[in-house]
Amino acid sequence: MSLRSPLGRVLGLGSAKEGVHHWWSQRVTSVALVLLSVWFLVSLLTLQSFDHATIVSWIARGWTALFLVIFVLVATWHSQLGIRVFIEDYVHGGTKTLTLVLVTFVHCLVAAAGVFAILKISFGAAA
Amino acid sequence: MASMAERPLSPHLFVYKFQYTFVTSFGNRITGILLSVGTIVLAYWLMAIAGGPREYAQAREVLSLGIFKLFYAVLLFSFSFHLIAGIRHLIWDTGTYMEKAQSKRSASVVIVVSLLLTAIFIYWAFFTGARAP
Repeated sequence: MSLRSPLGRVLGLGSAKEGVHHWWSQRVTSVALVLLSVWFLVSLLTLQSFDHATIVSWIARGWTALFLVIFVLVATWHSQLGIRVFIEDYVHGGTKTLTLVLVTFVHCLVAAAGVFAILKISFGAAA
Repeated sequence: MASMAERPLSPHLFVYKFQYTFVTSFGNRITGILLSVGTIVLAYWLMAIAGGPREYAQAREVLSLGIFKLFYAVLLFSFSFHLIAGIRHLIWDTGTYMEKAQSKRSASVVIVVSLLLTAIFIYWAFFTGARAP
């Protein structure tokens, strides 16, 4: 026997079947970040210097740009998921909605700027 | 709406007795937020590199200010802590090591290992080679 009312069924109410989506996205991005972030930090720390030419040649080399793009996207995605939970827990009412929208904008900006810059450098336009 | 606003809203941070595990729980959130701020600096750095040598030289002056060096040290700690605490969460997600004594022990492992990692990273970043950020 279903406990759902006929009206609820007609209106398509009930579970949206995505209750674990946020949770699962956070786990998958965190597993990816264990690898990507360690790679990124170790790569930075093994660079000979932080001169423009050194960094450009590092980014232009082999798979660096590709992994950097993935790192920036996954990191900002994971960050957005985490900051969202933090805001939902500690900010309430209209301020919460406004803060969530602003935080989403900032994350999109950071992700887009990061990807744009990496591509520009790796295509040789930063010399 | 007025009555709704007065309802007690979870989570309550300051009604509990201090517990060992609070440090790792709250620490994971704070370090996560700091790392999020770090992504903004990362994007600024990448955009400066993409802007060419002259623009990068200007950005580098800003990014090598004392306050930023302090922030890099904070980021290295945040990264170490968030990494180890995150792995602890992933282990919990398999449904293991969730007993009270185990979680207390793993909380101290998180603190000790992340401090150790921080020391290694800070030494590596600030005291080896001639790499000024």
